[in-house]
Amino acid sequence: MNYIKSIGAYTIMLKSVFKKPQKRKIFWEAVFREIDDLGVKSIGIVAFISFFIGGVVAIQTALNLEDPIIPKDLIGFATKRSMILEFSSTFVMVILAGKVGSYITSSIGTMRVTEQIDALEVMGINSLNYLVLPKILATVFFYPFLVLLAMFLGIFGGWVAGIATDLFKPGDYIAGIQLDFEPYLVAYSLIKSVVFAFLIATIPSYFGYYVKGGSLEVGRASTKAVVWTIVVIIFSNYFLTQMLLS
Amino acid sequence: MLEVKGIYKSFGEASVLKGIDATFEPGKTSLIIGQSGSGKTVFLKTLLGLHIPDKGTISYDGQTTESMTIEEKRQLKQDLGMVFQGSALFDSLTVEENVMFPLKMFTNQSKSEMLDRVDFVLKRVNLKDSNHKFPAELSGGMQKRVAIARAIVTNPKYLFCDEPNSGLDPRTSIVIDNLIQEITDEYQITTVINTHDMNSVMEIGEKIIFLKDGLKEWEGTSNDIFKTDNEAVVSFVYSSNLFKKVRKVYLEE
Repeated sequence: MNYIKSIGAYTIMLKSVFKKPQKRKIFWEAVFREIDDLGVKSIGIVAFISFFIGGVVAIQTALNLEDPIIPKDLIGFATKRSMILEFSSTFVMVILAGKVGSYITSSIGTMRVTEQIDALEVMGINSLNYLVLPKILATVFFYPFLVLLAMFLGIFGGWVAGIATDLFKPGDYIAGIQLDFEPYLVAYSLIKSVVFAFLIATIPSYFGYYVKGGSLEVGRASTKAVVWTIVVIIFSNYFLTQMLLS
Repeated sequence: MLEVKGIYKSFGEASVLKGIDATFEPGKTSLIIGQSGSGKTVFLKTLLGLHIPDKGTISYDGQTTESMTIEEKRQLKQDLGMVFQGSALFDSLTVEENVMFPLKMFTNQSKSEMLDRVDFVLKRVNLKDSNHKFPAELSGGMQKRVAIARAIVTNPKYLFCDEPNSGLDPRTSIVIDNLIQEITDEYQITTVINTHDMNSVMEIGEKIIFLKDGLKEWEGTSNDIFKTDNEAVVSFVYSSNLFKKVRKVYLEE
């Protein structure tokens, strides 16, 4: 019963979020601030993880291909497909759900318990629109770039791993990357990233905005927000894959 | 003029406000007092529109909030200033940006005009050389001053303060009280303050309303409060030995 209530409250929240901003200039300032906070400041972690995961995928594929009949360009092909199909969109977004989701819930939750949201409402400002819409725009527009970066660095990481470990030839790896390239798979990954970005911005905002109590409750809300965001991302990943690839 | 008639407010099974009538006049500082849980904060938040009353009317300058259009309500919000118990300053903004925030949202002033106004109100609340500091770098008293400056920067007709002295030392409390009263007189604002602080009651209470269990138990001035024989008021206001002695001296004189 509580889940249905929460879904209802989340939907009502979105209705308030999608209103015309009261002051365009302030709104765009907020959007650019959020792009910096939620997007640009995540580039480092995304780059680091993508590069090394790409390397690990390539090494593991190479180690599991002992049969000489199987062509070695399969290593590059498998790394490319893993990076494009799942890692860059789903895995990176799960990481961002943890990093950015907890930040969003705790910052909005702290504003709630310290009455800063009440202060906005007293001034006549639609606090949901002011606080959440810039986050949605920032993530929805910026995260696809992070996904592209993750794809590139993951595949690059695999190539570097080949040179560093000598398990496969860089030429075979590059041939594998070029093999059977389907642009639609990149589009599929980007579509998923837009949906996941929306979830990362809105679910933690919901948990932060409706928090009651003090710092302990804000902490609990952050944990809940991260867990639920990941759960919903994993579910939507299943349905999106079914819809877009089958 | 702010008039409240028969305000009721419940949260689930808990009935918090049980039919409160009150009038708050311009240029006067009205204090709402009462024990914790008596409904003071809910009453103040209901006046501000943060809670919607279950029953009763709230009229600003003769017009009930129920009869206002969305645009009129938006306009009214700009006539309201609020000083929250914990100041509620925006952590990520400097003092200057906090005070400028309502101007940026609701006026079309140029940046230099806004800065002039911000400087003026910060001087008015006796806060100098703090424009570029963040709230976390200020003392409690300074944060309250910034909150007052932010509340009055748009020249509101109504000023609401929730426990403006909580967490402040007695000397700073008196400074904040006097500042609120001066601003009320100077700009003829209708000021409503929630407080537990009996010093404030004696110092600036031009009109005092005592709430008990969601009902208006007593109403009067700071002089009346010395003479009242209402048991609930006496036991609340004169709970400390110091105030008992003050009352005794007053009554003997």
